[in-house]
Amino acid sequence: MESPYAIEMLNITKRFPGIIANDNITLQLKKGEIHALLGENGAGKSTLMSVLFGLYQAEEGTIKKDGEVVKINDPNDANALGIGMVHQHFKLVECFTVLDNIIMGVEPVGPMGFLRKKEAREKVIALSKKYGLDVDPDAKIEDITVGMQQRTEILKMLYRDNEILIFDEPTAVLTPQEIDELMQIMRNLAAEGKSILFISHKLAEIMAVADRCTVLRKGKYIGTVNTKDVTMEELSAMMVGRNVNFHVEKKPATPGDTVLEVRHMTVASKTHSNNAVKDASFKVRRGEIVCIAGIDGNGQSELVYGLTGLEPLTKGEIVLDGKDITKASIRKRSTSGMSHIPEDRHKHGLVLDYSLEYNMILQTYFESAFTDKIGFLRRKNIRNFSDKLIEQYDVRSGQGSITSARSMSGGNQQKAIIARELDKQPEVLVAVQPTRGLDVGAIEYIHKQLVAQRDAGKAVLLISLELDEVMDVPDRILVMYEGEIVGELDPKKTTQEELGLYMAGAKRDEVKA
Amino acid sequence: MKKLLKREGVQAFLASIICILLGLLIGYVVLLLINPNGATESIVKLVQNFFVSKRANLRLKNFGNTLTKTIPLIMCSLSILFSYKVGLFNIGAAGQYVAGACACLYAALGWGWGWLPCMLFAMVIAAVYGAIVGVLKAYCNVNEVISGIMLNWIGLYTANTILSSVKETASPYTLYLDKENPSALLPNIGLDKLFNNSTVTIAVPMALIIAIVVSIVLNKTRIGYELRATGINKNAAKYAGMAENRNIIMTLAISGALAGLGASMLYQTGYMRWECTQSSVPAMGFNGIAAAFLGGLSPIGTIFSSFFIQHITDGGSNVNTNFYSSQISDVISSVIIYLCGFVLFIKLTINKMISRSDEKKGAKN
Repeated sequence: MESPYAIEMLNITKRFPGIIANDNITLQLKKGEIHALLGENGAGKSTLMSVLFGLYQAEEGTIKKDGEVVKINDPNDANALGIGMVHQHFKLVECFTVLDNIIMGVEPVGPMGFLRKKEAREKVIALSKKYGLDVDPDAKIEDITVGMQQRTEILKMLYRDNEILIFDEPTAVLTPQEIDELMQIMRNLAAEGKSILFISHKLAEIMAVADRCTVLRKGKYIGTVNTKDVTMEELSAMMVGRNVNFHVEKKPATPGDTVLEVRHMTVASKTHSNNAVKDASFKVRRGEIVCIAGIDGNGQSELVYGLTGLEPLTKGEIVLDGKDITKASIRKRSTSGMSHIPEDRHKHGLVLDYSLEYNMILQTYFESAFTDKIGFLRRKNIRNFSDKLIEQYDVRSGQGSITSARSMSGGNQQKAIIARELDKQPEVLVAVQPTRGLDVGAIEYIHKQLVAQRDAGKAVLLISLELDEVMDVPDRILVMYEGEIVGELDPKKTTQEELGLYMAGAKRDEVKA
Repeated sequence: MKKLLKREGVQAFLASIICILLGLLIGYVVLLLINPNGATESIVKLVQNFFVSKRANLRLKNFGNTLTKTIPLIMCSLSILFSYKVGLFNIGAAGQYVAGACACLYAALGWGWGWLPCMLFAMVIAAVYGAIVGVLKAYCNVNEVISGIMLNWIGLYTANTILSSVKETASPYTLYLDKENPSALLPNIGLDKLFNNSTVTIAVPMALIIAIVVSIVLNKTRIGYELRATGINKNAAKYAGMAENRNIIMTLAISGALAGLGASMLYQTGYMRWECTQSSVPAMGFNGIAAAFLGGLSPIGTIFSSFFIQHITDGGSNVNTNFYSSQISDVISSVIIYLCGFVLFIKLTINKMISRSDEKKGAKN
């Protein structure tokens, strides 16, 4: 009898030194279904997928394809079995065309070694028609939208006749409208008999598109449910292990005078000739959280670089607390009351090979509390300071102050940065995606800290890509699209749909500074 | 046992010892392949170096010679180590060494300066020479390895040209320092009597002190904190408001000063003269790379590793020339020095072995 399952991972256990990443996990993917894999960061989703792709070998458990036990030693084995994946970060060659990217690695070649692109093009066009994947085969990747890049990735899998399609957090980079399109594409694929594994921690999407859902928590298998039979609250409780308050508790804002004012900011782009930020103007007042929302790559990063001094402005000015800091150095901005929780904590926020205590003084090491007159570090003071912050902000690490920052978990690394930045008693806090990659508990904690800053009469500028965060945390939303601020919204009055239209550039108003 | 193995210092030491033994072994195999008759005797004599001498007096004198040549090697490896900690690979140390040699010799022979001004002049010139690499890196984003190598050659031929004006007419060598300007010789502070060797000078204790100072600066001071942070993560350093460009230039200037000082510490002993027709950059700067790695990238470690490298290089001259051509000594010491570069690799292997056995243990639990 033919097995109803396309792929089965039975009782998979994978251990790493000190932790069990996958503890007796079972995942059965039926043919033609959309199966969601739900779990927080660190729940073991990536490990499980790496086992499926042969990047890791499980210590226990078996993998079956169409009911037969298979051994997957490396990604080539996985490919041969028809397993394909759209990674969160696309694996595309930017300066190649869509078609070149699709056929890369499996190019149809004639007897003389010439490429047979015509054949390939016909196959790609046929596939894109069949599944409703709208792409231009001759456009270069660098010129097309993120949505189209993702469709290229999907076509890559289809071109290779993959039967099992894995989508790793596919919606993180898309607008709400593009998300709807993707959902439709996934349904089409399933209807054509493809089996889809959809990795996500976004409950609404899972409820909307998946037939069944397997939940992992802290490396353990929690269960598999039919999405029809459960509510979103039940799923979330399964994922987190407790009832989570999704809503951020906060009192109404009582904004005071303006702390940060940006006028006509223009920042050049590093990757193309256009400006990354175009003539952006806004104000942030005491006692309010202002959020800059937008799809990734619409100039938010460059706006922050300009604001914090990492990149120079080509035009415009920045006023902090009445003082013009447009030309001020990074250090000057930092000492005049600007704190910055950077977007990439590994790249900018921490020196990973330094101890935790050395990271705690990264921006203040030159102050007399930490360096004596001759230039020697005051190690005792540094230790005391670090111990104090660790306790105050509940930063957990293996050996306290002397722990290497590299060995700490992402959440605690982030807490350390927050401790350092908030301890400076900033007038304005620039927090860029402060909850990226963190679990629900850490997110709750960070949101509370942001609100506490606000309530203490400080200004907070939040830059976020997460729609839930954008809707929940701030008092005002500014939407950025292609380097411009295209709208100001009140989170209490707007809807996700309206926000999405602004983010996609479909709607805009003239925003006054 | 495993706990001990996990310690950074123990690992570095162990890795260095393994490299040395491997190097000697391969050297021995090379000798065996060429001519098995004299191999054992030669390798033993190579390792013995100055202990080969029968008379205690001569032993001491040869020990002094090795010591004199160890000093510039220590300085060069400190130069490389200092940059390396800041994330820069200062292969230009060889050129900075040449710049220092040229500066101190010309100041001594051409201008008749005393020893200390000559030494400081060598430091300053070499620092400026190093800073050129830094400026190119900081403002034009030129890779420091490329500009370093080019400046090595520019330095060599410039030095040849400049020093030709203070060379002997009959030979390509510069004039004798002890005849022309004895005041430029480094003071012996009694070490010459101790070692029965006039080339052992104040440079020996100076180099040891400098190694300790470098260690303290890197680990205990604000500048060290800043420089190392820049080296490990340039972006984080920038984010924290450190002046990364200034740090890069300062680092290479300090590195240059160290290498230049090393040159002054050799040429101002009168042990060696500059050959104005030489067409290869002195190996000192390059051997400094091996010494820095063999010393586990610790300033104190470089003292011992530099001595060892110089020890076997000198010992190479003991290889029996009845069986082998005289270049064999260079081959053997090169093999050993080459393997010294593997210290990091061996360290990595040790670490991997530990974590693998940990993983196995974890799997059992």
